Amino acid sequence: MALKNWALKKSPWIFHLCTGSCNNCDIELLECLTPRYDVERFGILLVGSVRHADALIVTGALTRQCVPRLKELYDQMPKPGLVIALGQCACSCSIFKGSYNIVGPIDKIVPVDVYIPGCPPKPEAMISGIVKALGKL
Amino acid sequence: MERAFYPLVYFLIFPGFLFTSIIGLLASWVDRKVTARVQWRVGPPWYQPFVDILKLMGKETIVPAGHKASFFLLAPLLGLIGVTLVSTILWVLNLNPGSSFVGDLVVILYLFTLPSLAVIIGGAASKNPLGALGASREMKLVLGYELPFLIAIFTVVVKIGSILFQDILGFQQINGIMLRHPSGIIAFVVAIICTQAKLTMVPFDIPEAEQEILSGPFVEYSGAPLAVYKLTRAMMLFTLPVFLITVFWGGLQFSGWDLLWTVLKYVALLVIIILIKNTNPRLRIDQAMRFLWGPVTVLAILGMVLAVVGL
Repeated sequence: MALKNWALKKSPWIFHLCTGSCNNCDIELLECLTPRYDVERFGILLVGSVRHADALIVTGALTRQCVPRLKELYDQMPKPGLVIALGQCACSCSIFKGSYNIVGPIDKIVPVDVYIPGCPPKPEAMISGIVKALGKL
Repeated sequence: MERAFYPLVYFLIFPGFLFTSIIGLLASWVDRKVTARVQWRVGPPWYQPFVDILKLMGKETIVPAGHKASFFLLAPLLGLIGVTLVSTILWVLNLNPGSSFVGDLVVILYLFTLPSLAVIIGGAASKNPLGALGASREMKLVLGYELPFLIAIFTVVVKIGSILFQDILGFQQINGIMLRHPSGIIAFVVAIICTQAKLTMVPFDIPEAEQEILSGPFVEYSGAPLAVYKLTRAMMLFTLPVFLITVFWGGLQFSGWDLLWTVLKYVALLVIIILIKNTNPRLRIDQAMRFLWGPVTVLAILGMVLAVVGL
């Protein structure tokens, strides 16, 4: 069991879901993979299918359309898995709070392990957030 | 008792499963590290592929509702068994050329298609549109690369005049490696291109194009079956270059300095494959078919003609 957790901490693969964000957080997330930050050093990979993922990174203020999709993707993720809310919108809806088409924040629908605020958060903040999330395992 | 025991050791431990998977995972680390260096990154530590496999083994295995669970879960094992058998046969023949049997080359060539077959079965059984698309692309790719690959390998057979591994290795010890002959060089180039397609690496990674069909046949796989697919891929990365070295580059030697030379040959071939992967864009499936059945096959036939003439 300890070995399993150690392996999970050393190779977290992330899947990235946009629930109606302005794309700023998404672009900033991809910056973590560039030579400047290179998160592959820590075994973090961006995967294309949620079935391969260990962490679901959600950006955006969760529009009404995205609710069933978020629920389904959370169920499709093999457990143990983490959910990370990325950006101010995902954490608290930010300036979209009270809007007619917003259901959010994310933690109304799925349990969130770590919140990373910021508009957008810096790559350092994201890496720190993922490290904190892995510490919870 | 002993006669039953040794093949099992061969298959499970030394040239077979354990040895091949360890070296294969190290090779896949070399792949990731060289890729990272080409892209001016640092890259993962050497134990990363081992950790990935360990982690996937510990994750939940999901069989999506309404799927054919037997095919879905047995397909990865088919590929794993195929590549383990190839590796065992290849190493036993290299260690002891006397154990050659009639048709060993043909057996190896057939077993080499099992991993691709496993991907096709798994993708088709996953009942996902993207998985089915990936499986159909893999099927077309197999049709594409098998023809030039077989012609390239049989160029060597024609040149040497024997289909036994023992004779291929013996000929190269006496008359120099196949790469000293024009037909051998042409066949080797064709075989490297086909190796790229067999490993589904970048110019030919059409079946699992991550950006368009989200890793294709593997899209519904999670946990242990996915780990088996990754392991099969890593073992292919070890076995295919070893096969090419055996057929074209004088085989594997294990005495004194020759051992270092053998390791260098393997690493050189691996890095060539990785550099081709990192400096090319992905082809479309129709472009890949036109390329493999057009220039590559013509080149392979040219090599065959040279071999028939005797060069």
